[in-house]
Amino acid sequence: MQIPIEYYLILSAFMFIMGIVGVLTRRNAIIVFMSIELMLNSANLTFVAFASYMGNTIGQLFVFFVMAVAAAEAAIGLAIILALFRNKMTLNIDEVNILKW
Amino acid sequence: MINNAQEFYNALPILIIGTGILISLLIEIYAEKRKIFQPWISIIIFIAAGSYALLSIEQKSTLFMNMLATGGNVNVFYFIFTFGAAVVTLLSINYLKKYGANYGEFYILVQLSVLGMMLMAGAKDLIVIFLGLELMSVSFYALAGINRKRLKSNEASLKYFLLGAFTTGFTVYGIALIYGTVGSTSIDLIAEKFIELSNNFLFITGLLLFFIGFSFKIAAFPFHMWVPDVYQGSSTTVAGLFSTGGKAAAFSAILITLGALFTAGGAHTFTPYLAVLAVLSMLYGSIVAIAQSDIKRMLAYSSIAHAGYLIIGLAAGNYQGIAGIIFYLAAYTFMNLGAFGIVSLIEGEEEANLDIKSYAGLAAKYPMLAALLSICMFALAGLPPLAGFFGKYYIFIAAIKADLTWLAIVGVFSSAISVYFYLRIVVLMYFKESEKDFVVAHNSTGLLAVIISVLLVIVFGVAPGTIINLISSFL
Amino acid sequence: MIESYIPIFLVIGFAIVFAFGVLLSSTAFGPQRPTSEKSSTYESGMKPVGTTRERVSIKYYMVAMLFIIFDIEVIFVYPWAVQFKKLFSEVGISVFYSMLVFLVVLELGYLYVYKKGGFRWD
Repeated sequence: MQIPIEYYLILSAFMFIMGIVGVLTRRNAIIVFMSIELMLNSANLTFVAFASYMGNTIGQLFVFFVMAVAAAEAAIGLAIILALFRNKMTLNIDEVNILKW
Repeated sequence: MINNAQEFYNALPILIIGTGILISLLIEIYAEKRKIFQPWISIIIFIAAGSYALLSIEQKSTLFMNMLATGGNVNVFYFIFTFGAAVVTLLSINYLKKYGANYGEFYILVQLSVLGMMLMAGAKDLIVIFLGLELMSVSFYALAGINRKRLKSNEASLKYFLLGAFTTGFTVYGIALIYGTVGSTSIDLIAEKFIELSNNFLFITGLLLFFIGFSFKIAAFPFHMWVPDVYQGSSTTVAGLFSTGGKAAAFSAILITLGALFTAGGAHTFTPYLAVLAVLSMLYGSIVAIAQSDIKRMLAYSSIAHAGYLIIGLAAGNYQGIAGIIFYLAAYTFMNLGAFGIVSLIEGEEEANLDIKSYAGLAAKYPMLAALLSICMFALAGLPPLAGFFGKYYIFIAAIKADLTWLAIVGVFSSAISVYFYLRIVVLMYFKESEKDFVVAHNSTGLLAVIISVLLVIVFGVAPGTIINLISSFL
Repeated sequence: MIESYIPIFLVIGFAIVFAFGVLLSSTAFGPQRPTSEKSSTYESGMKPVGTTRERVSIKYYMVAMLFIIFDIEVIFVYPWAVQFKKLFSEVGISVFYSMLVFLVVLELGYLYVYKKGGFRWD
């Protein structure tokens, strides 16, 4: 039995919205970053679903690139969060607020 | 893959920067006197790539199985990125010592971000746009936090990183939906199917999400929150790079996709959306900039306003608009780099002298710096006969030709507001008594960089017709 | 139907016998000198019992970051390796060189991290 494409799209849209909600509501920098990764993965799911539905491989190829880029972003994000933590001893993004006018 | 010598020559600007990054890495590892070599080698690499791009501007072709375009306006963008980055590097040589972050990585990261920008400007496929965007953004996140011991720098890079990665999510999801409806990520194919799919909900949602991602990079109104904080927190020269190279690269990617849609006959699909974005960015940027007391924050809000003027050209949806945007980007890059350059020269240790009051009475003490900054401010305000005036002029003319006269009028109104806060600095420098006593350290490389950018601004202002004709001939 | 699964059952059976055989033979024939360090759950690793809110040394994060980057690059090598024969017959030797360029760039990054002391534990 073939699972219709709509199911995948609804699931990935749900994941994407969960990611947005996570970014907007959570206050811990690491958890915000995890929500962003969830958004990227929902896009990956959309790519793979469309690729298998249409039978061409560009979508799968794109997923490779998104994964590699997400890894690079994760590395640099962790480095930035570490540098901040060494100076400030907190990960709460509400307390990171010295730049205001 | 490169099949013959001609393709190799066409790909040369990108190959020079790519090889240059590897060489710089090796220098950073092995060379004894790397602190002296590193910046000059990266300047040589930038100038070589940029000059070659200008020389081979007539060689239009596509490379790597229709993934990358070269020649024409792509090379104009290559010139903007490489020379802009060369100016930034020249400014940074002495600035970084003062700022306390004299790391060799800085120059490698600038080169990496320029490679990303070049990939974006030449892309023929959404994959390449995405890779270029991310290469640029990831280098920018690191550049914003280059001074890892300073809390301001940490905060700027964290804010930039979280918001940047958030909008990357939008861009990728948008590309996924576009791919799903079109069946390919090639921009030519997307343009081909545009009319057929213009009523498809998923396709339009995908395009909108894609543009939301880029609205963040160009610092348009609803997505501008990061701009002042990041510019203030990161080092001044890097902020100059963000506001010029980063903005120009994001606009180049938008122009590629929208330009392809124009040829497919979809020029005015997004006009209402873009017009609203343009009006909000211009007015918000100009009005809030008046209230700023920190010069970097003022320049940040002015860069939001400039994004608004540029979006008018997109909303116009004709070829005059595109040519105007490219000219404006070239002019804006150098006038803004000049302004940021002077700010970086006057900035003291521990980020002193960054509030606007420090500029009072500057003309009496340092007439040269005051004159150069005045030229940049006049150009940014759009006063004739400097480059900024002609940039705005071409964009407003394009809007009037597209029956968007009201948008052009709002643009003129907003630039009239912006004259106030640009000229306030000039008035402070020439007609007020100095309040603080400070000494500007002699910095010959930084001064040279500022003079180069001011000269380019004057050249663009003296001969705008030839440049705009050149750009238009490639469209 | 069930006959086609016989090889799988054989493999599973062999795996079980082999795994237990190795474990039993090493306890039966090997020398046994247990110390408190050796008999802890993670030898030369973290202490298995303690507070869950304990802070982990920053060095672990350094290694984790570098691991993510160099680990994920392999995903580009797998599809290349799978398609290599087909691509080689179509395009020729340049398929090999393009992956070589990719790996050289990657190795330069590795060398950079190594020289900058990214792998130094102390």
